[in-house]
Amino acid sequence: MTTTTPLAGSGLRPDPAAGDAPAEPRARQQRGRPRVGPALGLGTAVLYLSLIVLIPLAAVVWRSQEHGFGAFWSAIRTPDAWAALELTLVASAIVALVNLVMGTVIAWVLVRDSFPGKGVVDALIDLPFALPTIVAGLVLLALYGPNSPLHIDVAYTRISVGLALLFVTLPFVVRTVQPVLQELDRDMEQAAHSLGAGPWLTFRRIILPNLAPAMVSGAGLAFTRAIAEYGSTNLLTANIPLQTQVAAVSVFARIESDDTTSAAAISTALLLVAFAVLVTLDLVRRWGARRG
Amino acid sequence: MVMMKTRVAAAAAAAVLVCSGLSACAGTSSSSSSGSVTLSLVAYSTPQAAYEKLIAAFQRTDAGKGVTFKQSYGASGDQSRAVANGLKADIVAFSLEPDIDRLVDAELVDPGWKGDRYQGMITDSVVVIGTRRGNPKSLRTWHDLTRPGVEVLTPNPFTSGGARWNILGAYGATSDKGANPADGAAYLQRLYDNVKVQDSSARASMQTFTGGKGDVIIAYENEMIFAQQNGQAVDYTVPDSTILIENPIAVTTNSAHPTQAKAFLDFLHAPDGQRIYGENGYRPVVRGVGGPSFPTPPHLFTVTDVGGWSKVNKELFATSNSVMSAIEQRLGVATSPAASPATN
Repeated sequence: MTTTTPLAGSGLRPDPAAGDAPAEPRARQQRGRPRVGPALGLGTAVLYLSLIVLIPLAAVVWRSQEHGFGAFWSAIRTPDAWAALELTLVASAIVALVNLVMGTVIAWVLVRDSFPGKGVVDALIDLPFALPTIVAGLVLLALYGPNSPLHIDVAYTRISVGLALLFVTLPFVVRTVQPVLQELDRDMEQAAHSLGAGPWLTFRRIILPNLAPAMVSGAGLAFTRAIAEYGSTNLLTANIPLQTQVAAVSVFARIESDDTTSAAAISTALLLVAFAVLVTLDLVRRWGARRG
Repeated sequence: MVMMKTRVAAAAAAAVLVCSGLSACAGTSSSSSSGSVTLSLVAYSTPQAAYEKLIAAFQRTDAGKGVTFKQSYGASGDQSRAVANGLKADIVAFSLEPDIDRLVDAELVDPGWKGDRYQGMITDSVVVIGTRRGNPKSLRTWHDLTRPGVEVLTPNPFTSGGARWNILGAYGATSDKGANPADGAAYLQRLYDNVKVQDSSARASMQTFTGGKGDVIIAYENEMIFAQQNGQAVDYTVPDSTILIENPIAVTTNSAHPTQAKAFLDFLHAPDGQRIYGENGYRPVVRGVGGPSFPTPPHLFTVTDVGGWSKVNKELFATSNSVMSAIEQRLGVATSPAASPATN
């Protein structure tokens, strides 16, 4: 039984039987031997997914359409909601790109270099996942706020939005790239080297194409996580509508004002963007797999 | 490494700090006792410390013997919505009347809840001007807050229902209690040119202020007293003209123990209960109970004086076509979203 977590991609515990194209042969194998097990598994999975994910999501979308599409659209187009969505999406995109590069660098250092305390650093990478993000906001505020011991005061600006999101989303790229990098066949690099390729050419032609799908899917997860961030951005940004208010806080303002339809509308807009990004990523991954 | 460890330690310390009552930390806890009656108190977060003492004092009285409590604290609006959506409560205590009105609409609170001699209120407070210790910029009046270069903090009225008290205080004081709405709106507009951070709640706003941001914070008197009791270097001035904050309390219609719930409310209104509120920074609604004294500003007014909640919620705080929504939008246009990302 191989469990594939969305984070680990296909690399964490490689299934020797899976070979080059992991999913396909196994699926066919199961179709050839119908048993009670798979049907039960599928039923459980669908039921669980429905109760935990699909029905609640559908309810949000449904709620957003309560007063028709016109009301939905005008809720999104109110100046403060639109500005909050714009800020959130742009900041999340920038953050995803920065973490795409820095996350890959960190994964590289963790896999290819050895230094004392590497194990500890490796374990620390996941901490942003474990920390309640409102505490992350508090800590970042202490470090980069008005009383910064480092004399860097960026709190209550748009930069602090990015800062909060960078912290919260760091693990995604590292943890998707790392296992792929670990499994990467070094013979290819040696072959490239012996054929006279320099380090840059080897990286560009051999390593990067292999890592790209993992990098992109990590960045995509970081992006979708960032657009939903509430806790840290709530503390660290000035929360001024049209300037530093992010979408999740704008949703909260709608709820506090007893305007749940608008809250659902903005949430639905975020859902649609996240869905589009995840579908695109899946396409990129497939394209990458075909090419590889 | 060391850096990372420090951060973790700081985070852990921060978590403890947050949940020990410096922030709205919704959660439930039950007092331990072997009584057969358990009352569920659903309240807003700032008076948590007061309620813990009040409950202990109540349990020492005859009426409170054997009564245990399940307590839940959180943002007033969140708590009210939770009860409206089915959270079991015997007693609800919120920061402002519309949060009880929501439960009246849901038929969970009797429409006649304001019929007692305290008009349904359990504590009062006033909106004050909070400054750094010693008031270095001598900010004492509402008009001082609009001086150029003064950084003002007040929570966002759309994310914090309680923050509406602050705006009503400023608005009423500058519009002759709502008689000249245009003056009040013009003042709020000038004020908001100086508002640099609009936190999502009053407590978060206080944290931002004690964290070093801003010259002045518009806050509730009880919050300033709480900050001082916690050793923060802050002072406050009660403006000559300000609003009386009135915090409501009610027993729910579906309470399983209405008699005991009513007895608890009676205790809260009794001198002993009121004194405990006073010691925690709230103005008692019953006079002459002892405890700290609170100065009465010469031009104190109430929300009724400026038109009542339904009128101000519509004219000042509706998400569109209201004074505050126009001010927020003008702010956004003045420093447009296309401006530099470092816009402060």
